[in-house]
Amino acid sequence: MTTTAEPTTEIGRARVRKEDQRLITGRSRYTDSITPSGTVHIAVVRSTIARATINSIDKSEAEKAPGVFGVYTAADLGAEEVGLPCAWPITPDQKAPQRPVLANGRVNFSGEGVAVVVARSAAAARDAVELVDVDYEPLDPVLDMEAAAQDGAELVHPDLGSNVSATWVFDSAAAGTGGDVSEAIKAAEADDDQIVVRRRFRQQRLIPAFMEPRSCVVDPTGEQLTIWAATQVPHILRTMTTVTLGVPESKLRVIAPDVGGGFGGKIGVLPEEMLCVLLAQKLGKPVKWTETRSECMLTAHHGRDQIQDLVMAVRKDGTITGFDVHLYADMGAYLGLVGPGVPILGAFMFNAIYKMPALRFTCSNVFTNKTLTDAYRGAGRPEATFAIERMMDEVAVELGRDPVELREQNWIKHDEFPYDTVVGLTYDTGNYEQATQRAMELFDYAGLRREQEERRRSGDPVQLGIGISTFTEMCGLAPSRVLGSLDYGAGGWEAANVRMLATGKVEVTTGASAHGQGHETAFSQIVADKLGVGFDDVEILHGDTQVAPKGLDTYGSRSLVVGGIAIVNAAEKVIEKAKKIAAHLLEASEDDIEFANGQFTVRGTDKGKAIQEIAFAAFMAHDYPEGMEPSLDSDAVFDPENFSFPHGTHLCAMEVDTDTGRVNLRRYVCVDDIGNVINPLIVEGQVHGGLAQGIAQALFEEANYDESGTLVNATFVDYTLPSAADLPSFTTETVSTPSTTNPLGVKGVGEAGTIASTPAIVNGVLDAVRHLGVTEIEMPTTSQRVWRALQVAKGHQAQQTPSDTHSPGAGLGSIDPNNPKGEVQ
Amino acid sequence: MIPAKFDYVRPSSVEEAVSALQQAGEDAKILAGGQSLLPVLRLRMAAPSTVIDLGGIPELKRIGEDDQYVMVGAMATHHEVMRNDLIKQHVELISQATETVADPQVRHRGTLGGALAHADPAGDLGAAALALDAEFVILGSGGTRLVPAAEFFQDYFTTAIGEGEILTMIRFPKYTGWKTHYEKFNRVAQAWSMVAVAVALKVDGGSISEARIGLTNMGNVPIRATGVERALVGQAAGPDVAKAAAEHATEGTSAPSDADAAADYREHLAKVLTGRAVLAAAG
Repeated sequence: MTTTAEPTTEIGRARVRKEDQRLITGRSRYTDSITPSGTVHIAVVRSTIARATINSIDKSEAEKAPGVFGVYTAADLGAEEVGLPCAWPITPDQKAPQRPVLANGRVNFSGEGVAVVVARSAAAARDAVELVDVDYEPLDPVLDMEAAAQDGAELVHPDLGSNVSATWVFDSAAAGTGGDVSEAIKAAEADDDQIVVRRRFRQQRLIPAFMEPRSCVVDPTGEQLTIWAATQVPHILRTMTTVTLGVPESKLRVIAPDVGGGFGGKIGVLPEEMLCVLLAQKLGKPVKWTETRSECMLTAHHGRDQIQDLVMAVRKDGTITGFDVHLYADMGAYLGLVGPGVPILGAFMFNAIYKMPALRFTCSNVFTNKTLTDAYRGAGRPEATFAIERMMDEVAVELGRDPVELREQNWIKHDEFPYDTVVGLTYDTGNYEQATQRAMELFDYAGLRREQEERRRSGDPVQLGIGISTFTEMCGLAPSRVLGSLDYGAGGWEAANVRMLATGKVEVTTGASAHGQGHETAFSQIVADKLGVGFDDVEILHGDTQVAPKGLDTYGSRSLVVGGIAIVNAAEKVIEKAKKIAAHLLEASEDDIEFANGQFTVRGTDKGKAIQEIAFAAFMAHDYPEGMEPSLDSDAVFDPENFSFPHGTHLCAMEVDTDTGRVNLRRYVCVDDIGNVINPLIVEGQVHGGLAQGIAQALFEEANYDESGTLVNATFVDYTLPSAADLPSFTTETVSTPSTTNPLGVKGVGEAGTIASTPAIVNGVLDAVRHLGVTEIEMPTTSQRVWRALQVAKGHQAQQTPSDTHSPGAGLGSIDPNNPKGEVQ
Repeated sequence: MIPAKFDYVRPSSVEEAVSALQQAGEDAKILAGGQSLLPVLRLRMAAPSTVIDLGGIPELKRIGEDDQYVMVGAMATHHEVMRNDLIKQHVELISQATETVADPQVRHRGTLGGALAHADPAGDLGAAALALDAEFVILGSGGTRLVPAAEFFQDYFTTAIGEGEILTMIRFPKYTGWKTHYEKFNRVAQAWSMVAVAVALKVDGGSISEARIGLTNMGNVPIRATGVERALVGQAAGPDVAKAAAEHATEGTSAPSDADAAADYREHLAKVLTGRAVLAAAG
């Protein structure tokens, strides 16, 4: 990060987060810390089988267990007709199976709830779960999304008649935003001066792995039913609880206390949350559910999981003439709240920063007997960026061009903004030359290329790879009219309220719902500047529908770009009201009142009053203008007119040990253009975390299912997350071409690191070994996969012996095949 | 997650521990540092009737020496082992292997004896103990018996510790002045070994006079790479010698296959890592 002089404004200061003390010292309150008196605890009996009909459920032993109040199936709760919501019908004929709160006679993925135990303690509930005897009739699971999409495939939901939930198409010719891709490809095939590059990439399935497992407490004892939930979306959860269970919205209060991470993984409306509501109503007692880590990995929605078939037509001079994208996207067994729309969010990003005359995007959403997928950091956009950025490298290889130079040839130049893209978006600002040039300087691109050449020449067993990725993303979800045109089930606005207290302090409510982002700090900085009050005089209130009744919550890099602007607009209204009172008290015309640094002054005089004095005057209400309410408090709802488009250039260098296949990252440089920066320290944190997550997809993570549909790595022993020890020290910088679509000039940063780093790493790994004959390595590019690719390239037989992973790990390094449950001696 | 119900006993002497173990019967489990047992309990992969916690017996934490041996109490933590000067001086290979175990939190809780008695083939300490011909002091109602490392590891998670017995101490012959190295290969920095190689070399006048090599996770139990040892003795340690000797690394192994590494890849790694470990030890 660049070190600059500390700015005189709050905006731009690298403030340590106000939230940190309570979060880091563990003095925070998460949902599981909340236990109203009389709380009963639930635990869910879960299917151990991916696909089966249920012959019978014997609850008798469990019901007799100590501390157990009851064991319930969907039928026992009268909840057979309850279906969890999907808010994004991407096509009018989208096939959407009912997702039950508990299985109705059949299970469709391993981990699906079958029955629920209610007990005096969480331990008693857990003990009794083991006593529920479910008799399953196993069926062949549907696991391969591509095979599942074919005619005649075994059906996950036979009543739907197909495993394809929907096929969504964007064609630039039909939309009138560009040319015809089929013609571009046909022309390229017939032209000696053009080439057609075809590739298939796989986006493996990932587990969001947020730190705090999901949890929910429902207290029915007040006039309003109160729901505490570890959720990113308290407002959406309230509305959806009404939609799902018919409880009037006015009778619901939803609180998201401190929430320990989400990454998109906490935007769902959960069967367990609905169960807590149903049971609380039935029993008249507070009900609590907190999942275990294994339950979380097995049943919280997963991310990514696409097959990408890509065809690009390019002139031999390097100019792209058309890009045809076909995706299969694995939805899992049911549709999540916004799951079907996740690949569609990517549709608009396959052209990325490049000028393309023609683009077609076709996506088939497919059901399988796996955990459902939904938003995960970047949601559709990392997948799209991976596809285009890997393709740019492939085209560079085909044409023998430097990958940076080829990108520059095709990207939108800084003097071409605003630019209407082939998918109909208008990029307001950007400067790809600036970000790339700075990244290249920091990286020493030329020096590393020389070293790479030397290692290749000497046949060094350790080869150097250089990986590149640029990216842009559509942030600030989203203009409500655009969401309407995509059939999304909500708007994209955000709400705020700013109120001046009698003593001059400021309370701000926001509909954004932080779960680790540092909103309290960043929003305080904005308000402090706008109102000219001290940073510590601003309190940001959020995450409780009784405190901040209106909002659309936090996801899609929207909190600052949409929620922050609502706060700015509300603060402007406060100033307008205060100005009237100031004019009245100062006996001046309102036109002569100026406001700066928290002071209202009469132009040309030394008369003035501080905003705190005005707030006190409004509170006392002894003397204020006729025709005005004695209050400065103001609401605002901001609905953006366009997305914002942050971008950046990421470069990495890694050593690839050709003897073992090990990839060791050596240098990672990213220069991101995220517009104006409110708090550089928070930005740096977001970028670091994002990079780690994106690198993890490239090198380490994958949710593996065996042929019976069991998730075999459902513990952190088996599901490989990197730690700081596996990552290099990152060089991160920002440059800025401020957004013109919002008054702060901000663009959003939450997803940036995750989006660009994955293709940068994979491009680098391939760059290290391509000269040895390797053309593709699927993610994650583990040591074994790299080594095996090298063996195949050498012409060696590298048949992989079948893996014999017998069960999820148990905090054990090994699983004994003779003792798969891992009983210790 | 919440373990199934169990009785908990915390004896204050080894004699008490043995009698508690005998009273509790075959469903009892010994709790040392808990770094393997607790996850297993929490995942309900084990549901012992009684857990006997050895944490209250000070004598099990002692590290000492006599003329021939360094004696390490079974309840000495990895952290204590790593920092101990006697071990560093006379059995440095154990310090080196211990340094690679998990992360600092685990090393402050986990114990040498617990890890060895757990006998996970992916654990790092078994191969080093085997290579060094450690001896295991096992206490039962009939008194103490001494089991050599070559007989201690019997199968996956299975050792020579019998029903009603407790591992109280591990004693290592002194290898003062030997050149040692532990070469570990894992998926991420804090993970179990995919494969690892423990090497101790006695070098006299530039040539290797004695070699002791143990392999981690190349079979159900730690394995002694005797073929490599034989190929090294009498040679001067250099790249060609190391490489040629390492070709013997897979002799007598039966590498497991899992999602991280199929057997053929493990076999390949065993050779590469053995070569590297020998060179690194010879320094």
